[in-house]
Amino acid sequence: MSFLRITSPHGHSPLDTAQVMQAVLLATLPGIAVLTWFFGPGTLLNIVFGGVLALALEAIALRLRDRDPQRQLKDYSVLVTSTLLCIALPPYAPWWLIATGILSAVILGKHVFGGLGYNPFNPAMVGYVVLLISFPLQMSSWQAPRGLGEIPGVTESLTALFVPASYDGVTMATPLDLLRQNKGLLLDDLFSSTPQFGQWAGVGWEWVNIAFLAGGVWLIYRGIFTWHAPLAMLITLGLCAAIGFDSGSSESGGSPLFHWLSGATMFGAFFIITDPVSGATSNRGRLIFGALVGVLLYLIRVAGNYPDALAFAVLILNFAAPFIDQYTQPVTYGHKPTKEDDE
Amino acid sequence: MNTIFKIHGGIHPDEEKQLSNPGTVLDAGLPPSLILPLSQHIGKPSSLCVAPGDYVLGGQLLAEADGMVSVPLHAPTSGTVVAIEPMPVPHPSAMNNLCLELECDGEDRWIEYAGCEDWRVETPDTLISCIRAAGVAGMGGAGFPTAVKLMARDRLPLQTLIINGTECEPYITADDTLMQVDAAGIVEGAQILAHILGVEEILLAVEDNKPAALDAMQKAAKARGGDCNVMTFPTKYPSGGEKQLIEILTGKQVPTGGLPADLGIVCQNPGTAVAARDAVCFGKPLTDRIVTLTGRALARPGNYRARLGTPIEHLLTVAGFDPSQNQRLIHGGPMMGFALESSAVPIIKTTNCILVPTEQELPTPPDAQACIRCGLCAEACPASLLPQQLYWYARAKDQEQLERHHLADCIECGACSWVCPSHIPLVQYYRAAKGMIKESKTEKIRSDRSRDRFEARQERLERETLAREAQRAARRAAAEQKAAAGGADDPVAAAIARAKAKKDSASDESANS
Amino acid sequence: MLTLLQSYPLFAALIALLGLGLGFGAVLGYASVRFRTEGNPLVDQINQLLPQTQCGQCGHPGCKPYATAIAEGGAINKCPPGGQETIDALADLLDVEPQALDAEHGEEKEPNVAYIREDECIGCTKCIQACPVDAILGAAKLMHTVIADECTGCDLCVEPCPVDCIDMLPRKGGIEHWRWDLPEPNENKSSIIATDRAAA
Ligand code: SF4
Ligand code: SF4
Ligand code: SF4
Ligand code: SF4
Repeated sequence: MSFLRITSPHGHSPLDTAQVMQAVLLATLPGIAVLTWFFGPGTLLNIVFGGVLALALEAIALRLRDRDPQRQLKDYSVLVTSTLLCIALPPYAPWWLIATGILSAVILGKHVFGGLGYNPFNPAMVGYVVLLISFPLQMSSWQAPRGLGEIPGVTESLTALFVPASYDGVTMATPLDLLRQNKGLLLDDLFSSTPQFGQWAGVGWEWVNIAFLAGGVWLIYRGIFTWHAPLAMLITLGLCAAIGFDSGSSESGGSPLFHWLSGATMFGAFFIITDPVSGATSNRGRLIFGALVGVLLYLIRVAGNYPDALAFAVLILNFAAPFIDQYTQPVTYGHKPTKEDDE
Repeated sequence: MNTIFKIHGGIHPDEEKQLSNPGTVLDAGLPPSLILPLSQHIGKPSSLCVAPGDYVLGGQLLAEADGMVSVPLHAPTSGTVVAIEPMPVPHPSAMNNLCLELECDGEDRWIEYAGCEDWRVETPDTLISCIRAAGVAGMGGAGFPTAVKLMARDRLPLQTLIINGTECEPYITADDTLMQVDAAGIVEGAQILAHILGVEEILLAVEDNKPAALDAMQKAAKARGGDCNVMTFPTKYPSGGEKQLIEILTGKQVPTGGLPADLGIVCQNPGTAVAARDAVCFGKPLTDRIVTLTGRALARPGNYRARLGTPIEHLLTVAGFDPSQNQRLIHGGPMMGFALESSAVPIIKTTNCILVPTEQELPTPPDAQACIRCGLCAEACPASLLPQQLYWYARAKDQEQLERHHLADCIECGACSWVCPSHIPLVQYYRAAKGMIKESKTEKIRSDRSRDRFEARQERLERETLAREAQRAARRAAAEQKAAAGGADDPVAAAIARAKAKKDSASDESANS
Repeated sequence: MLTLLQSYPLFAALIALLGLGLGFGAVLGYASVRFRTEGNPLVDQINQLLPQTQCGQCGHPGCKPYATAIAEGGAINKCPPGGQETIDALADLLDVEPQALDAEHGEEKEPNVAYIREDECIGCTKCIQACPVDAILGAAKLMHTVIADECTGCDLCVEPCPVDCIDMLPRKGGIEHWRWDLPEPNENKSSIIATDRAAA
């Protein structure tokens, strides 16, 4: 009798790529739930609409590239991309904005480079940046959080999505914008005089960030990715903020806590910069990668003109990832530089 | 109590050790015929000293060691040599290699053999030659001739002997069983080896998932007294890798490209220790071993004492093999073993396990997906390599980058493939890449040598042509002179001279060829 | 332009990064070119890459002469024993496009080694004269034999043998030469298109 001849190892860990992706999707749920609570069903709708579109696009792209969509769709990777992008988009965005974003993310961010695993840039962030550059207005109009404005219902949300012209929501500047535009007010005064500020950061935003933090911690606990990049990013962001805090003067860049809990900080730290494909690959490399994202994030937030800086920071570091990899190769067994270094 | 050090990476696959009921040795019986490959070890194949038709007794020499790095081969029972020809052997290539087929006569008659009375008074050289004569080769995996390993004593100062009872691969319990049933033999074997090596320290390493073996070893070590130190440490694959074990026990790393002996350490497997003891104390050649037959496609999995050369078919029948749910036959463990194509191949000195899982137990791997660079492989790699980078470079056949990323330090443990969520057969990439690099290196040496030889020949030819021309010119000059002397108007003499010169040069040419 | 940069510091940063990258790239590229030309003379470098089978299939009386021809601008795809690998290596060295092997000179095949059936050998010494690397031992009227380790498998000794007692056997048939193949890249089982780096 003839037996199957395949290479060792013959067993396998229970974890596979689809499960990794599913876990990431699962971990976004708390964040999405909080977003929905504070800003209404807009984000949720974005995600559903974007997900369907992304699946269709991926199938087409795979077909065009002569791959088997049946098999490759099952890795869920495109759903992760679309979900992450849609979380980053403002709720109640018009359908064409989402469609353009997904198209850029899936085609420009991924398939142009050869599909999953070959993309040098984070696809979700590619989509985001394309939108940010092309439609700055739509991209920076955020719905006001619960308590400060009317939260649209499901029908209104659907209208906003598909008949954008007829929708007129309540939008407000985000706390990050306010801080940047702040001229002359002491930080404490700014906090107390503006309703958008909550206890530590923006109303709603602080809870959104905490929810994403929770999801991220769960992923690390599951061993889906390591703590290196997120921790490094949060530390350097905090350090920069501490340096720029200026004891809360009118020139202040905001406290570390404010930066940790504002905008896309936690979402970015745990869901964007942990994207393995476009990030650094060794643990030391990830520390550097995360740390640099943290610094850039702070600098662009304080000095730049965009609502949030994450996407740019990440894309710039994606550029640098291969170089980081070259210089952070771990010390292989037996290569410890002992007495004489025989390189 | 020595301290235990941590190693990088490692994984925790299901152990499945209880399946084969460690601690009991069953008898695999005598098959109708044995197939004995002449190359069961690393090094040159043994060279035959019997011919087809010869009748041999158990323990009789069938083939001798051919040169230094080689081992002899003995008959595991009495019978007739019926064939010496290429037959399928346990090898990942599923190719044939030269084997000797022995038809057993069922009487199992043996030659007389005797060992040393007291090994403590013998010189290391005598003991090494006993071990060499008994055909002992490392029984843990690679099959390196034990006597050669022991000769490290002549080159390097040694301090420590490690008996590697880690057996970290899932399923395998052959060493576990041996440690339970013959702990005294292992300890005595270890002492003999230590005596040969001239080392003071013996470390017996047992993972903490083998409490019965650990207990037996501790008792035996105490009973025999002296220098044996039984060490235990948490279970993790691949702690039993020689390099990993050395780091766990000593905190030191074997330098790349080096041997444990460079650190003053020699590692041996418990089975090898017992074989060495048998060789020294009884003069008994290595002709059988304990093999773990396991997997859920067997009705009676367990540890069987089987004669070398027993066809796996026979063992499967003994253990109650149910082929209906099985598609794989694995020589060795699930992590590093290789799949066999045919069950006609025999077991050899290095066969510690035959694994026949059901499809449910170890499913056929799904198609590989793209590498998502998740880095799980780098987390798992005990050698601190970057498997995902090696994978890229292996695909690109980029030898320079492969060497920069230390491909040669990969121990092929399979931890990376095991964790890879995309099911990429990473280890196969590394094996192929290593083969490729090795081949291009030998080709390079070959072509360099050919170039030198070619150039040397060109030079020689040139020299010869020059020499010939000079000779011819000299001769012609001489003839002309003669002709001139004999009178320019003597055409006959001139013609003779010409013809002679021509003939000379012609014979010159043929002489030169 | 300048005002644009000032109002969008980010673009400035991006452009600076890009510029840096290009700058470093240029320096490195220049250095490698410089380094390369300062190495061995070109003919030797080319000769290093040729397989040294010395078979003459390329139409030159040995690898070195062919290397000289390449250095003077000859085609790089005329060496069958080297095959595609050698052509690619040459293309890389000379910085030209790799080509397919020129079929006119023969096909790429596994390396062989010559084997003389010794009882049939009449000791004519013709093969010795033909062997470019002196891999055959023997004297007139005595049986000849091939030093397998030195034989390049060039086939040149087969033709001259008057009694046809030389066989060319595969050099790498045995189990000791076996090695693992790279796994099939089955993550894209169907045909591979040009944009795929998988093939790289
Ligand atoms: S584990 Fe597999 S998918 Fe992850 S980085 Fe390693 S090779 Fe790639
Ligand atoms: S097989 Fe090699 S690369 Fe993979 S984990 Fe083991 S040592 Fe590391
Ligand atoms: S064809 Fe033969 S002689 Fe010419 S370069 Fe190739 S190996 Fe050398
Ligand atoms: S022995 Fe024959 S095939 Fe081998 S190198 Fe010499 S001539 Fe060529």
